[in-house]
Amino acid sequence: MGKAHLTDIENLYRYYGLCPWEMCSMLSLLITIPFFSILLFNLPFLKFLRRAITAWAYVLFCAQIALALRLFSPEFLNSFTLRAHLFNFNIALDNFSLIVLLSSAIVLFVTLIIANYTIDSEKKRFNFINLLIFAQAGLNGLVLSRDMFGLYIFLEIVAVTSYILIVFDKDIKALSAAFKYFILSAVASVLMVASIALILLFSGDTQFSVIHKAISGQSPNLLIMFSVALFVCAAFVKAGIVPFHGWLPEVYSCSPAAVSVLLAGIISKTLGIYTLMRVVKDAFGFNSHLNNVLLFAGMISIVIGALAALVQKDFKKMLGFSSISQMGYIVLGLGNGTALGFAGAAFHIFNHAIFKSLLFVNSAAIESRTRTTHMQELGGLSKVMPVTGLTSVLGFVSAAGLPPLAGFWSKLLIVMALISSGHFIYAILAIVLSALTLAYLLSMQRMVFFGKLNERFLKIKEAEFGFSLAAIILAAIIVLAGLFYPFVLEKFILPIGSFGVFK
Amino acid sequence: MNLNIIILIILVIAALWAAMTRSLLRAAIGLAFMSIVLTVLMFRLNSGLAAVFELSVCAGLIPVLFVSTISLTHPLTKEEVLQHMKDRIRRFWYLPFIIVAVGIALSLIAVKLNIKLTAPEIQRDARMVLWNERPLYLAGQIIILLVGVFSVVILFKESGKDEH
Repeated sequence: MGKAHLTDIENLYRYYGLCPWEMCSMLSLLITIPFFSILLFNLPFLKFLRRAITAWAYVLFCAQIALALRLFSPEFLNSFTLRAHLFNFNIALDNFSLIVLLSSAIVLFVTLIIANYTIDSEKKRFNFINLLIFAQAGLNGLVLSRDMFGLYIFLEIVAVTSYILIVFDKDIKALSAAFKYFILSAVASVLMVASIALILLFSGDTQFSVIHKAISGQSPNLLIMFSVALFVCAAFVKAGIVPFHGWLPEVYSCSPAAVSVLLAGIISKTLGIYTLMRVVKDAFGFNSHLNNVLLFAGMISIVIGALAALVQKDFKKMLGFSSISQMGYIVLGLGNGTALGFAGAAFHIFNHAIFKSLLFVNSAAIESRTRTTHMQELGGLSKVMPVTGLTSVLGFVSAAGLPPLAGFWSKLLIVMALISSGHFIYAILAIVLSALTLAYLLSMQRMVFFGKLNERFLKIKEAEFGFSLAAIILAAIIVLAGLFYPFVLEKFILPIGSFGVFK
Repeated sequence: MNLNIIILIILVIAALWAAMTRSLLRAAIGLAFMSIVLTVLMFRLNSGLAAVFELSVCAGLIPVLFVSTISLTHPLTKEEVLQHMKDRIRRFWYLPFIIVAVGIALSLIAVKLNIKLTAPEIQRDARMVLWNERPLYLAGQIIILLVGVFSVVILFKESGKDEH
């Protein structure tokens, strides 16, 4: 590679956020390595390899975390020499994709730790890890794809994997929840394909850049509005935004412990919210109608999710409704339609992935010791489970948006963006409803961790090492991202809004 | 009335029959019939490649899979079937009306607003596009197939072993 060429690459990366063509071959490895490793581990004559799958999955997820962190600095491209075009995939990487790649790798890593402690049989664990690696391939493809149909295919990979993960224990409640999810998700898929078909009619291609040109080149007509509306509805179903949220709390509360960490942490967020944000930013473009719909849907989600979370008796169900409410904040940031709002929404995706995974890890730890998630049966658990108690306080403080933890900064960005674009009512409501989040999380803390310890649980000990390790890792990320916010915002978050439609 | 409209009406009737019929076997056959009607429609709309796929996979392979799975299940007794049917009619009697009403409403809107959906001009060969220009789709579909195979193994083969 010549020096002049290198400078071009660096400029491309720095100013457009998109990776140059040379990197695409490297990027395709993010999809192909997980895929080929599954093939390898399942070959009948390589059965002796199967024991190594846990270690290999750790390597894969850690490598993705390292890659995502490393790629945030443009200097990486200077030492980058891999040029071979492995596959002719239409994929690209920008800072927004990197945030989601990083969050998904962290959540997959934590899920793997929990799975190793909650799944006893070696054979079942092998199957579970295979599904996790499938999910990784699907998520990476979804995040990197720059094409509507490619996006849809990878979305389906993750969706199918998640149906199987939900029913992994073949529990009857989980089967019924997964069936509900499957049916609603199928409806969303039909809406999405219909939308893609209509888009193909007026743009002639499914690539984001072509669609963006086609939409901005003509005045908004019924066909465009209809196809955009179909896509937005589909993404809302996948994300569980009100009024399409019926499946979400049941699925989260009935899934096996490790799966609810994965679903709440990254899957529903990537399938619904990331897809919506990516397509709105790169293909549809912002306009006042769409922004108003997004702002309104986001606000309704925040209200309904928080009110419903207040009255829940089950720990996991409450976290599910809390997810609906937090998802509303992300949609609110997106609906703002400005660079700052978008960056805030992306940061909230990361934060929500971390603190919701943490709270679900805590719930898994409690469930592993007490065999219940019913909050009225619990109480005073922080006396016997100090690590779980302490980390859950950090998780809930971040979720409620209290300074100085990471959740505060992302909510602050969203509120600031709302104020600067003149949406004062939404900004005030967002702040007031944050107090509601605090209310339901405080009541959860009081019922589960503080107060009088139930006599039944006098003899229980702190959860096994894996649960504590996962919780400590996630809590450390929340604390570090919160305390070093100037660095995080400058290096990771604000560049997200500095390219593309916001330029 | 255009011939395509008649085919569309047959398509809707076939789909409703597949969804409403009381036996699983008839539902599978109804699905196959619907796919055949759809194939004819696709062929008439100059989409030969899609028609061939629809005919071979959706009308051929999938019903075979369904029928072979249904042959492994225990059929319900006549009374159970009737009871099931009654329950379903009581719960979902309004669904066909809604579907027909939505269909009529959408058609009226389309006629009133004079929407013309012209097919995009495609000069390129679909095979070239899929294999040479869009290998990402193929990779994704291969992964979906693998996930499907894997799920069947996890959900059914394992549970079969548990029972023995």
